[in-house]
Amino acid sequence: MNLEWIKKITLAASMVLASGLPGTIAQATAVTLLNASYDPTRGLYQRENAAFAQYWQKTTGQTLRIDQSHGGSGKQARAVIDGLEADVVTLALAYDIDAISDSKLLPANWQSRLPNNSTPYTSTIVFVVRKGNPKKIKGWDDIVKPGVSVITPNPKTSGGARWNYLAAWGYKQKQTGSAVQAKNFIKALYHNVPVLDTGARGSTMTFAQRGLGDVLLAWENEAHLILKEFGTDKFEIVAPGVSILAEPPVAIVDKNVTKHGTRKVAEAYLNFLYTPQAQDIIAQNSYRPRNPAALKKYAANFPAIKLFTLNEVFGNWRNAQRTHFSDGGVFDQIYTP
Amino acid sequence: MGYTVFYLSAIVIVPLSMIFFNTIPMGWEPFLHAVTAPRVLASYRLSFSTALFAAVFDAIVGLLTAWVLVRYRFPGKQFLDALVDLPFALPTAVAGICFATIYSPVGWLGQTLIKYNIEIINSPTGIVVALIFIGFPFVVRTIQPVLEEVEQEIEEAAQCLGATRWQTFRKILFPHLFPALLTGSTLAFARGIGEYGSVIFIAGNLPMKTEIAPLMIMSKLDQFDYQGASAVALVLLVISFSMLLLLNAIQEWQQKEYR
Repeated sequence: MNLEWIKKITLAASMVLASGLPGTIAQATAVTLLNASYDPTRGLYQRENAAFAQYWQKTTGQTLRIDQSHGGSGKQARAVIDGLEADVVTLALAYDIDAISDSKLLPANWQSRLPNNSTPYTSTIVFVVRKGNPKKIKGWDDIVKPGVSVITPNPKTSGGARWNYLAAWGYKQKQTGSAVQAKNFIKALYHNVPVLDTGARGSTMTFAQRGLGDVLLAWENEAHLILKEFGTDKFEIVAPGVSILAEPPVAIVDKNVTKHGTRKVAEAYLNFLYTPQAQDIIAQNSYRPRNPAALKKYAANFPAIKLFTLNEVFGNWRNAQRTHFSDGGVFDQIYTP
Repeated sequence: MGYTVFYLSAIVIVPLSMIFFNTIPMGWEPFLHAVTAPRVLASYRLSFSTALFAAVFDAIVGLLTAWVLVRYRFPGKQFLDALVDLPFALPTAVAGICFATIYSPVGWLGQTLIKYNIEIINSPTGIVVALIFIGFPFVVRTIQPVLEEVEQEIEEAAQCLGATRWQTFRKILFPHLFPALLTGSTLAFARGIGEYGSVIFIAGNLPMKTEIAPLMIMSKLDQFDYQGASAVALVLLVISFSMLLLLNAIQEWQQKEYR
């Protein structure tokens, strides 16, 4: 607790110094970046930060420290809007960064500034089932059957859960071409959900530790983490034939980097994520790399799934959010009589 | 007096008034729409009813506990006394996770209960269990000092005059204790309405069924709907405050009655 405070105070003090005396102190001593990310990227960025700091030291001679802040994606976005001076944000969904751009901290076209929709790594939604797959779950249609209990967090409070929901909807809509059928499918799916935790980690605990549910809808990287943490003798991953391409984007927060004088290093940091070295780390952390060589190297971890993009089915995030998750949207409709 | 007003306004009134000011630009129509949505109404009903159940339960068990702690001497009494405060000190999320683990179908209490078809976790019952835990110390700690003040001689005198134990309790002790009991359970009740940390882990958070009002506020915030969140909070605030006022009035009336 005390240490936390001291850390925060020194951080604040160094920020004041760095912003007050640009060029003099900041260049001579260490540079600090703050990356506001969502929960499951902890392991990933620990390694990426170390790799990039080393690279930066070698090319510029500057010592770089990258601080990480983790939390629910939506909460992190709110923190940045409310004044958390993050230089870069690396969140679970574009909508959260859209919200930051709404408060004029970065331009509305932020997503076109970096390659691949500003997402250096992707993931998808897969199923985690209990060992031996006792309910014989192979694809999306199996999880809406009566008697199958599904664990997924509340899409209203969890960014990850929105991807789960959109994956299910997209699957049905692409299969039948009908939004009505997709809605019925979603209704049947959530009828099988006994608990709506507020975050993805909560759902993992409910499923893995408290033994509730037959199947957990999870990001692929989270699914691998569950197997690593709880043992491959307890759970297994089932890859559905079709799923969504989950794109967790990254962006520079322009207003903050201008204030801190860290634009150059922040840009280099995000561009670094696309390099072969970083892509390899990405694959090792069970995120799908954009780089084909890295993807090939770790192909055993990434089964072939037919992936559709969010834009293909829903247009864009703002649309998806408005139709499905805002108050009175489809998610509310399936619960209110 | 000056200090009181200053501190009250700095710590309580100013932050809370922000809720009010956040809501004003919303306009009447959207406000009504936000606070009367079926899910929001269901969450109000759930929050107030579970908090009420928990407070009543706390009142009964808390009274008994306080009684035992004041009137009896036994080994380990101080340990037990310290234990009462634990819910104050423990982060409520920790309590929630503990409950959820114990009462889950594979947890050691949940395993037995599920055989009798009793489901605690992911049901309103679970919420009540969590709130009982959270509110318990309030009742015990408000009754204890009052009970210590009541001299045992009074009870003995009543008994000498031929009162039964029940009569002694009803006619002599209870009137003394009632104001404290009411205060304690009101505090437990108020705490229960706002409790978030422990409840979300055990409630299951199903719309219309086990979504508490504070969760509605959180989920509105997660949609960047600050105004909607303030609107729900404002209604919660107004109802809670008027209930507290009412209970204070009852208490005052009670005290006059018995003096």
